[in-house]
Order: sequence, then structure tokens, then C-alpha cells
Amino acid sequence: MAVLELRDVHLTYRTAQGPVPAVRGVDLSVDGGEVLGLAGESGCGKSSLVASVLRLQPRSATVTGQVLVGGENVQTMSWRRLRAVRWGEAAVVFQGALHSLNPIQRIGRQLVEPILLHDSAATPRTAADKVAGLLAQVGLPETHADSYPHQLSGGQKQRVMIALALTCDPQVLIADEPTTALDVMVQAQVLELLVGIARQRGMGVVIISHDLSVLATTCHRVAVMYAGRVVELGPAQELFEHARHPYVRALARAFPTIGEARSRYAPAGLPGDPPFPDRLPSGCPFHPRCADAVDECSSVDVRLRPAGPGRVAACVHVGAGVG
Amino acid sequence: MALTSPVDARTGTVSSGGATTPGGIGRFIGYRLVSGLGTLVFVLLFNFFLFRLLPGDPAARYRAVKNIGAADLARIRAELDAPVLTQFWAYLRDPLALNGISAWKGQPVWDLVGGRAWPTVVLLGSSTLISVLIGVRVGIRAGWKRGGRFDKASTAVTLLFYATPEFWLGLMLILLLSSGVGPFPALFPSGGVIDSGIDPLSIDGAVSVAEHTVLPATALAAVYIAEYSLIMRASIIDEQSQDYLTTARAKGLMDHVVRRRHAVPNASLPTITLIFLNIGFIIGGAITVETVFSYPGLGLLTFEAVSEQDFVLMQALFLVFTLSVIVFNIIADVVIALLDPRIRG
Ligand SMILES: Nc1ncnc2c1ncn2[C@@H]1O[C@H](COP(=O)(O)OP(=O)(O)OP(=O)(O)O)[C@@H](O)[C@H]1O
Ligand SMILES: [Mg+2]
Repeated sequence: MAVLELRDVHLTYRTAQGPVPAVRGVDLSVDGGEVLGLAGESGCGKSSLVASVLRLQPRSATVTGQVLVGGENVQTMSWRRLRAVRWGEAAVVFQGALHSLNPIQRIGRQLVEPILLHDSAATPRTAADKVAGLLAQVGLPETHADSYPHQLSGGQKQRVMIALALTCDPQVLIADEPTTALDVMVQAQVLELLVGIARQRGMGVVIISHDLSVLATTCHRVAVMYAGRVVELGPAQELFEHARHPYVRALARAFPTIGEARSRYAPAGLPGDPPFPDRLPSGCPFHPRCADAVDECSSVDVRLRPAGPGRVAACVHVGAGVG
Repeated sequence: MALTSPVDARTGTVSSGGATTPGGIGRFIGYRLVSGLGTLVFVLLFNFFLFRLLPGDPAARYRAVKNIGAADLARIRAELDAPVLTQFWAYLRDPLALNGISAWKGQPVWDLVGGRAWPTVVLLGSSTLISVLIGVRVGIRAGWKRGGRFDKASTAVTLLFYATPEFWLGLMLILLLSSGVGPFPALFPSGGVIDSGIDPLSIDGAVSVAEHTVLPATALAAVYIAEYSLIMRASIIDEQSQDYLTTARAKGLMDHVVRRRHAVPNASLPTITLIFLNIGFIIGGAITVETVFSYPGLGLLTFEAVSEQDFVLMQALFLVFTLSVIVFNIIADVVIALLDPRIRG
């Protein structure tokens, strides 16, 4: 059963320069126990999508479509229900763990807080025990509960954030680039750890990463976003080995060297920059950078279409014999 | 857990974690006291030369005072006539002028200062209490809902307060609430700190002191209410874009809990520093308000010392003021260190 389901989700920021459509119609679903990877260049709308799952988008943003956590629409539920769903049913390891902790509170207090909030049976004692267990699970000594955030390294903070996301045993766990501050070896370990715990507890997990090789090895399925939309979705291994969308092919080619930081942001062999969401090209937003573009691409805004078993891709060539 | 073992090996050695040791804050306080002492030494040297540069004839001032004995007068004469270096040596032996005599009243200066200290403490304490309680709350509420109706109204009012000169506000208060013009009854006394003949430590005395303090404390508080609410508002707005508040909201906390438990403690650090620094300054800076209200505190005493060219008294007051700035600076630093673990290191 899907624990998280997005149906035609749009998110638009209102700015002084006009509307910025950061997410433009995303459909995704994640089952309990499943790990879904989400990739895409910087600015394609991944974090905006995450914000909509807990209705944490800024007041300047409008969300349409349905965001269903455990079948309930997060965007329209009462505030009271929303507060229970937040962290109780869906939790997030936020991008930028460095600033996601309160700088003047001890780690332990910040970890205990959601437990006491959501579990009416919890006492400060049992909550502290649970926190100690979680810290051990993410590979931190229990004594770190007494530390302040500035006393931890970037990687340690990211582990604290993972422990924090696990405090209330949510059905849905979203990790927005949970390993960017870590070196490559530890990155793989932390992701394995996260996925291991989540799978063992039957959570649905979404992992956002620029590192396709990491996604390929840890996720069941992967979705790749471009300019606010999913452009290809399929089983992880297959997707990268036989990408159908030219953008995904270019991304996959860019990863001969696992974890080379620079290649995350500028995939080799992909000319030009990603478009700004408020200045999208006509037709397929990828066509100005696409090696396989044909005339049709600049006028037809192609949507996802079947591209093999369990796969979809948004490209005019898909289903037309190419790819 | 087997899963975590390779991870364990990596973190085992990093950072002993744990709470800040009591030794940490102790060392911090010690360090601040030593540096404060350094500043004090500098101030004492400065204090000697500053008042010897002032124009006027101090000896003539003393002669005019009736109640100084001939022996004292002779001693003071001799001191004043001595070469500067000799005077400096004498000053170094008694930099606090412990047996200095006021040229204006002929009394020991520290008796004068001591008698005027408590009204200033009462005035300062009550105005600080008012301005912190009101200013900080208004600032929090305005900043949290930035651009809202409360924010717009309170910012307009506080800016007005901020721009109002203290003496003008003081005069208006006297006019409207103390002298009883037109439809306004004379609600509060003006002048003095207590009605004569009452023991300040009795209940009647406390009431009388309160009545005398309401107006000057209000005049003094107005500008600080404005200052604290503007600073607090700005800090809350700064804090609102911080990621840790998103985390707090994501946890499912109610809005007012996010504000009270996470935003306010972080946002109040700059305001707390400012409050303590201001207390240090106001001790010397209540001159205007105390003068307008003839409130017999250190500020009025300063005004009197200057008009009477009583440089020994000025020197003593100057010492009190600089000392209070130094002391409250140290207190501010220590309080912030207690609240902010990043400063303790
Ligand atoms: N508060 C905001 N107001 C206006 N525009 C915004 C806001 N937040 C994000 N955007 C814009 O929305 C687009 C998507 O941003 P988002 O943070 O979702 O990207 P992302 O895919 O997470 O990128 P990254 O990989 O760098 O984290 C970007 O073009 C960004 O400039
Ligand atoms: Mg992001």
C-alpha cells in the first residue's frame, strides 16, 4: 500500500518578479518498505516537493494537487491533524543539516521533544532511553545527547538529523541529500544505515541525492526530475543502465567516477545550464540542451508515457522506437 | 547493531561531546574580570587628568563653603598648590578619593554619592523592568507576524517613542499628570523621591517612593521600550528564516511553542546584551530625566556637580559611571555565555 502518494502536485512561489513554478505536476507513490530515489539538477524542485509533503512550504507558495500521507491529504487537513502527521507519520532529514538544529539546545533535548509531543505514553525517562538507542543506531556515542550542535562535525550532525527523523517511527521518511557533508565512504554507510533501519520498520523512504551511483545501489526505484517535473521513473539499476530520456542518459554518463563532487553539479557532456523555472523554454523544457532534439520538441510539451515494464519517460522518442 | 559497526569505528574518536564543564564558564568569568580590571586602571589614570584640565578655580570654591574647618581647608589648599606630579602621586595612593571633600557641600563626596545612589537604583530598576516587559513582548509579537496589523501599529508607535526627546516627554508628563492643568487632576507628585519625614523602608515610604518614581520611570522607559521592541523585532525576523525553525515546525509543534521554545531564546541574545549595557549606561545617563523631575539621584547630582564646578564630586561620579559600565559589560558577557553554548566553546 502506498504510504506516500503525490497526485499532480504543483508548487508555485509568488515573487516580486512574478510567479516561479518550481514544481509543475508531479505524480509519485511510495509503498511501505520501498526506497525511492529522487535525482535531478540543482533547482529542479526537489526540496520544494519535500516541503509540500509536510505542508512546510513558505506562505508565498501555492500548492495544488493532492499530497497524500497514509491516504490523507496533507495540504487540506486541519492544523490539528497536520501537527499529528508532522513527524508522527512523515519525517524529513532536511537538506543542510548544519543549520537544522537549534544552536543553543542540547542534542538530547531536541531529540526527546518530538517523542514527548507525539507519544502520550512517553515519559522523559523512556524518551531519553529511546534517544540513546537511536544515537547508538546511527553510530554516535550516547554522550552526544549532552552536546550542543556546534560541538559536532558536519557528518555527526547529519547522523543526529537521521536519528531525529526516526524518533517517532514515521511511515514516511524523506531524506533530502542526507549525506552531502560526508566523505564518500561514510556516505554509503550512512545511506545503508538509513535504508536498513527504514526497511526493517516498513517505512516508505524517499532519498534525494545528486549522486546517481548511490541511488542506483540503495533504491528500488528512481525518479529523475527536470524543471519541476519527473522526466523518467523506473527500477533503479535499469534506469541508469538503459535510460530512455536523453537527460537521464547524460546524467548517467556523467557518473563514471563515483562521488566526484564536481560532477554532481555539472554533468559531463551536458551543454548549457538548467532553465530557471520562471523562464522555461517552450515545448520540452530540455530541448535546448538535448542532442536528440527534433523540430517537434520545441513545440510539444511531452508528458510521461510508458517506456517498458514499470517505467515511464517524458520524451517524444519514447515509444517511437528510439532509445 | 551489526549495521552500525563500521560507522562506530569512525566516530569513536571524535569529540568527547558532553556538557560544557563548569571550569569553562569559570575560566570565562575570570578572564572577563581581569580584562575589566585592565579597563578600570586605564579609567583611573584618565580620571586624574580629565578633571585637572577643567577650567575654574577649585580653591575659590572651597573657600565659599562655610562648613569646612580651617584645618581641612589648609590641607586642601596644600594639595591643590602642589606640583602636578606630586598630586598624581597622591592620587595614585588614593585613586578613589576616599576622603575627598565636596567643594559644593563641604561633605565627604562618597557620603553624598551614597545618599543619592538608592533613588537612581529605584528609578533604573523600575524603568528597566517596564521597558523589558513591554518592549521585548511587543517586539516578539510584531516580528513573529511581520507586516501584520499589530506589527504596523506597534512599529509606528515605537518609532514615535524612539524619536521623542526624554526631556520633552518628561515635561509633558509633569504638565498633564502632576501639575493639574485644565481637566487633568494632579495625580502624581513631581520633585523629590519621597515626601519629607517618612522612613523609606516603611510601607508609607514605599508608597511615597513609588508615587514619586512613576513619572520619571515612564519617561525613561519610553525610549527603551522602543529600543528593545525594535531590536527584538529585528532579531525575531532574522531568526525566522533559520532552518532550525523549519525543523521545529516539522516536528508538529504548535506555532506558539516554536516561537517560545526555539525562536525567542535565540533571538533574545542581542537584546539581553543591549539591556545590560543600557543599565550600565543609564546609571550615568538618567541625568536629563532626573533633572527634569528634580529626582535626587546620581543623574541630578551630576548636573549639580557640574553647575557647582565641584570637581572632586565629578571625579567620584565619573568613577561610579565608568565602573557601572564596566561591571554591566562583564555581567552581559557572562549572562550571554551562560545562555549561548557557542560562546563558552
Ligand atoms: N522561497 C522561494 N521563493 C522563490 N523561489 C524559490 C523559493 N525556494 C526555491 N525557489 C526556487 O524554486 C526552484 C526549486 O528550488 P528547490 O530548492 O526545490 O530546488 P532543489 O531541486 O532542491 O535544488 P538543490 O538540488 O540545489 O537543493 C529554484 O529555482 C529556486 O530558485
Ligand atoms: Mg534541495
